Amino acid sequence: MTSEDRRPAGGEPRETRTGSDGGKRPVSADYDSDVEAAIRKNHPALITYLAVGDPSIEETKAYVEALDRGGSDLIELGLPFSEPIAEGPTIQASINRALEAGTTSEAFFELVEDLETDATLLVMTYYNKILQYGDEPDVGPFVKRAAKVGLSGIIVPDLPAEEADPLREACDEHGLDLIFIIAPTTEGERLETIMSQVSGFAYVQARLGTTGARGDVSSATHDSLARLSDYEVPKAVGFGVSEGDHAAEIVEAGADGVIVGSALVDIVAESDDPAAALEAKAEELKRGAVRGSETVTNDTEDAPEPEQP
Amino acid sequence: MSDGAFEGYGGRHVPEPLQEPLEQLAAAYDDVAESDAFQAELDDLLKTFAGRPTPLYHAGNLSERYGAEIYLKREDLLHGGAHKINNCLGQALLAKHAGRERLIAETGAGQHGTATAMVGALLGLETEIYMGAKDVARQEMNVFRMRLMGAEVNEVTRGNEGLADAVDAALEDFAQNVDDTHYLVGSVVGPDPFPRMVRDFQSVIGREAREQFQERTGDLPDAAVACVGGGSNAIGLFHAFREDPVDFYGAEGGGEGSDSSRHAAPLAKGRDDVIHGMRTRVIDDDVEVHSVSAGLDYPGVGPEHAMFRAVGRCEYTGITDEEALAAFRELSETEGIIPALESSHAIARAIQLAEDGDHDTILVNLSGRGDKDMETAASKFDL
Repeated sequence: MTSEDRRPAGGEPRETRTGSDGGKRPVSADYDSDVEAAIRKNHPALITYLAVGDPSIEETKAYVEALDRGGSDLIELGLPFSEPIAEGPTIQASINRALEAGTTSEAFFELVEDLETDATLLVMTYYNKILQYGDEPDVGPFVKRAAKVGLSGIIVPDLPAEEADPLREACDEHGLDLIFIIAPTTEGERLETIMSQVSGFAYVQARLGTTGARGDVSSATHDSLARLSDYEVPKAVGFGVSEGDHAAEIVEAGADGVIVGSALVDIVAESDDPAAALEAKAEELKRGAVRGSETVTNDTEDAPEPEQP
Repeated sequence: MSDGAFEGYGGRHVPEPLQEPLEQLAAAYDDVAESDAFQAELDDLLKTFAGRPTPLYHAGNLSERYGAEIYLKREDLLHGGAHKINNCLGQALLAKHAGRERLIAETGAGQHGTATAMVGALLGLETEIYMGAKDVARQEMNVFRMRLMGAEVNEVTRGNEGLADAVDAALEDFAQNVDDTHYLVGSVVGPDPFPRMVRDFQSVIGREAREQFQERTGDLPDAAVACVGGGSNAIGLFHAFREDPVDFYGAEGGGEGSDSSRHAAPLAKGRDDVIHGMRTRVIDDDVEVHSVSAGLDYPGVGPEHAMFRAVGRCEYTGITDEEALAAFRELSETEGIIPALESSHAIARAIQLAEDGDHDTILVNLSGRGDKDMETAASKFDL
């Protein structure tokens, strides 16, 4: 598929979207999906992440609800896996704490079922956890259960788009979005393959490496958003976002959403009152994102080249 | 199906930032695989630096005891004391040709880290080894060896401070430094192209053994036996015989038994799964990964072995810690050769096969020497 096939962002909604097999699939009335709707209607969207079960399921529930109150539009719930190869040390440590606390897939789903949030909920986990949920290695049971408990989308950092057909089909069957990560090194044919599988939003990784809070917004963000500008799906930028000013800069650069993980996980690990601190952090980030959207001009193409870090 | 897939096993299950670098590595490998100059340079180093060809030895005393002709491919005589150097030389040379200035590797007990440090020193590449803090404490001698050869040993303190955590740390380094760094994976595991690339570099074992065996006996062996952790020495032995009427036997780390809750035998007893960038066989969730031998102490296995199992080309068996230790002692006493504990699993399996009597000639890959296992042996046998 080429970019000419796609309508520009903000154009007329489609009645169908093209699946990986080239077939047309129906979409919801206003938007391609619940996840896309959550981003477009709350533009610029704040997407927050926590590893479920760190330090316990009960506390995660309180923290997720705090993030919701603070203005998160979507919340990624990390289902802990023992080999989280896409994460930096901060989130790995959080996942390890969750595993040590005995967090299982079943406990995860029960928590989600129990949550009352305005935010749209996503699950982020590794392919292993999805394959192993049923009795036989098969993605179906996990996706079915995810849909039943009210999750709207799935992010699987170790699932290459080339091998995603089974999960894509299961997600289509159960009405879930499948979100893929775009790296600074993703371009050409790989980019097209991923964009043919993605729905909900494209998760734009701001820089090379693994997740982790860092102090500035990378020029790779600008380059990646430029590469994706022909695709209609919303773009959200993550990896290394920790402050309202980063959120503002990312939205200013043309992103539809801002994703924050490590900075929140740090709060869970270190704060005396994590729920209050998470709510305040979410408010700061959402304010930053909105501030960024107010300064967006229509000619970002002419913006000065960002300096190399 | 992507390149490097083995009948549904394999693939490239890694985060998106690693996809492009792996694609580039695969392309670089495909280039050198067809380059006569590269192969000539590698062959010369294998000969003059590593000590190839290794002998094929007829284990006469053992053969007499069990009534089958047992031959040992002596990879234990290579520089460094194991087959690891075959792969390390190949990948380091590839890294150099591809313009990389830096090698990184993970290591468990330190054998692969030591072999990587050797080739890093040889080829003038900056070398950094990731090793779990627990392993650093247990394997002090290997840490000293690596440092002596100029490698930086990076102690990994996250998670369980073991091999899996060292892999995570190395992957993270690789993702952040893809421009100048080569991740020298130690076995036929991980995302494509590693399983096929490491296999190709190790297949010199089987090519030599096949020729030596025919020269010596005028025939092919009835069976070929090797231990399987990640599975590189086994694939290295088997590859040259894959079209031959030779039965393949893989000896996994059976720990306390393949049906127990402590073993490292995902082929004998496990399930299909995705781990460390590949779709393969993995031990069950309720099993604790364990083998008396550090080199077999791994929850997964190379995807080509998963394929061999699925299509019935190779039979995989868990050899228990006790069986392996008995074979370790027996080979030492009967032949004056102290095998690595890993290789002792293959010896134990060969003895079982000889006792069964279905094979007249058995070729065993003696993948490493047992010097590193002396402390285990001393306490076990009260030496």
